Amino acid sequence: MADEKIPRRDFLKGAGAGAAGAALATAAALPQATQAVAAPAPAAAAEPEVWLTLTPTEVEFIKAAADTIIPADELTPSGTDCGLAVFIDRQLGGGFGNGARLYRQGPFLPAKAELGYQLALTPREFFRAGITAANAWCVKTYGKEFDRLTPAQREEAFKAMDSGKADFNGGFTSAFFFDNLLQICMEGFFADPMYGGNKDKVAWKMIGFPGLPASYRDEIKTYFNKKYDKGPLSIADFS
Amino acid sequence: MVTKLKETDAVVIGMGWTGSILSRELTKAGLNVVGLERGSMRTPREDFTIPQIRDELKYGNRHELFQDTAMETVSLRHTTRDTALPLRRLGSFLPGNNVGGAGSHWNGATWRRLEADYMVRSHYTQKYGAKVIPADMTVQDFGVTYADMEPYYDKFERLCGISGQAGNLRGQKIDGGNPFEGPRSNHYPNKPLARGLSSVLFDDAAKKLGYHPFPQPSANASEAYTNFEGATMGQCVYCGFCERYGCESNAKASPNVNILPVLMPDPRFELRTNAYVKKLNYDRRVKKVTSVTYIDTRTGEEYEQPAGIIILAAYVFNNTLLMLYSGIGTPYDPVTGRGTVGKNYCYQYTGSGVTVFFDDKETNPFMAAGAFGTIMDDFNSDNFDHSGLGFIGGGHISAGLSNGRPIETRQVPPGTPRWGKDWKAATAKYYRRWFTVAGTACNYAYRDNYLDLDPTYKDAIGRPLLRMTFNWKENDYKIGAFLSQKSAEIARAMNPTIMTPPRFRTGDYDSRPYQSTHNTGGTIMGTDPKTSVVNKYLQAWDASNLFIMGASTFPQNQSYNPTGPLGASAYWSANKIVTDYIKNPGPLMHA
Repeated sequence: MADEKIPRRDFLKGAGAGAAGAALATAAALPQATQAVAAPAPAAAAEPEVWLTLTPTEVEFIKAAADTIIPADELTPSGTDCGLAVFIDRQLGGGFGNGARLYRQGPFLPAKAELGYQLALTPREFFRAGITAANAWCVKTYGKEFDRLTPAQREEAFKAMDSGKADFNGGFTSAFFFDNLLQICMEGFFADPMYGGNKDKVAWKMIGFPGLPASYRDEIKTYFNKKYDKGPLSIADFS
Repeated sequence: MVTKLKETDAVVIGMGWTGSILSRELTKAGLNVVGLERGSMRTPREDFTIPQIRDELKYGNRHELFQDTAMETVSLRHTTRDTALPLRRLGSFLPGNNVGGAGSHWNGATWRRLEADYMVRSHYTQKYGAKVIPADMTVQDFGVTYADMEPYYDKFERLCGISGQAGNLRGQKIDGGNPFEGPRSNHYPNKPLARGLSSVLFDDAAKKLGYHPFPQPSANASEAYTNFEGATMGQCVYCGFCERYGCESNAKASPNVNILPVLMPDPRFELRTNAYVKKLNYDRRVKKVTSVTYIDTRTGEEYEQPAGIIILAAYVFNNTLLMLYSGIGTPYDPVTGRGTVGKNYCYQYTGSGVTVFFDDKETNPFMAAGAFGTIMDDFNSDNFDHSGLGFIGGGHISAGLSNGRPIETRQVPPGTPRWGKDWKAATAKYYRRWFTVAGTACNYAYRDNYLDLDPTYKDAIGRPLLRMTFNWKENDYKIGAFLSQKSAEIARAMNPTIMTPPRFRTGDYDSRPYQSTHNTGGTIMGTDPKTSVVNKYLQAWDASNLFIMGASTFPQNQSYNPTGPLGASAYWSANKIVTDYIKNPGPLMHA
């Protein structure tokens, strides 16, 4: 199914048929950025889903994870509807996911946490291994993979991983995986919407971050101890 | 194949603050100068523009402007018994890259070292007795005094258009400034920045308790400014995108704004970017560096650039690495205590304090500048009586936030989960209603905290990584406990809705969370070649035509950000080179 969607999308955008990861990411980013200005309503459901790197199983895991970390409520839509799965897919499919700015010479030795990330895995490979381990733990514990759990079970499962109590049976600890998962979800939730998350600037609206242009030469005085209620504006809004 | 180039008068390695200052001063004196920068060109007009510069993910999280750790990094171990491992990503500190160096993406806090900070060993010994300094603490005097440096602080402040409030003008104390600062010959060039709510609350609370708060001296210009070079700065717009970002308003002093516009057109100056210096070529017989070997990263070709004067103005790590790798001076040995290159690596001990939350206030954390807030120095250095405290040194306490960038700068009250519905509700409520009150402390040198070459890991051009052996010591933990209590006392007086328990760093040094890019030491200054790498004019004892700039020359680290002191010492050294060394090349001090 995904195979059908990609060529059609390329055709629509007039992009080359090669569909290299970077080109696809750009093509996918453009309509969204425009949409942020034109349509303040959340999530255009008609957009076809395209994935740079995540496998179908990973997509389902990441969506369920995003909806557990950012559940839909009166403050924002769900993590998936905020674009977190799209964000994570693009990050893992791009330079960061493939080890940009990561020193990757061995030997790779076990280390105490204070020495930082010491694995040979790129972030893309790390999430592949982590999602596999997290799903295996869920199957062992609940008889089902993470995305098939009830919302209450998902929350319970993530609490077990967050605290490190979930035993991933070799490999890295569940807490280490969860720290990284939480970090990339927060990046997607709060980053500029041009990266695919924070759709319609929902996270910025939730907290009252005005985004751009961020020029407060007079406001620093006029809004002293007062709520600043302008914006938010994103990079696309200002381009 | 190495191509040998024509000799030039001076070669400058690294185009951050100190490299830019030395290039400017030497070309003004009539020398032909070649500047070598491993990174690429960065100009505010091209690179620091709205809206792209407001991209937190790219600059803040993906480290666009910093040293690329895929190319080179440092390794770390906590004791000499451990195996060091490479820091595969940046975390605790963020060294710069490209023209402007970290001077283009700093916050802008600009200090003058306190008078006692120049004489840590002699000051404490005289006042409290020799025993107050632990046996394995290797603090030293700088070999220069505050009075020596004062004119050069003044010059650096005028270069950068520093905004601040004087506390001691030629011996006259001025209310509202820092009463503990050494006498200054001039007021700050610009008045202090505007104050946010956190600054005002802290100011009131600290005064109520009898302390002496003052505005953070800042390289974020409170008013448009033209410096003595004719370079102009805009007015700070409090955008909250300082550290990790370039400034689109030209309101944050940087080499790119404050020096390069006048240096670049000078025909005596030639900048070569993508010039990755590999090695200094040292002639042991005559104790001189004859040339510098660098790789043009656009072609892979190696070049040898001979020069009469060599200015080593890279970051702390590369200054030390190049000395060790080039075989200049004696590597430091922590067992015997002999040797000097790599000695007295120090850092800074940050984050001793509390977080406060207010249900009924709006702190607007996104309206901020990098060096923005209110500070007090009542528990810094030896500004207070250390009798019976069990530690020496101290730190400054400050309040406020330099930004409200939401990926990085959020907190929720203690007990809140890290995700889910309750986290969302707490984040929505408190994102605009919190700040920290915390101390930043000095970090003093110890015999077994040092830098050398890693035996295993290599950088992208095949050199050993610099290995850092470093951990916190009792002196640090005791200062942390002390400053966190003092911070809590002030915070309590602000009457917050919620306050976290006082906290300070415990356990091993953690390379992951950002703390500061205030690494120091490795090529320290002094008056004795047995205990220092450079003399008081920053001239290498073992190579009379080599001058080493920057925080690698600090014998130990004060609580303050290093840029003010290293800017002043660059002008101090440049002055000596121009007035004495050029006329009479050779050692400026007797060994």
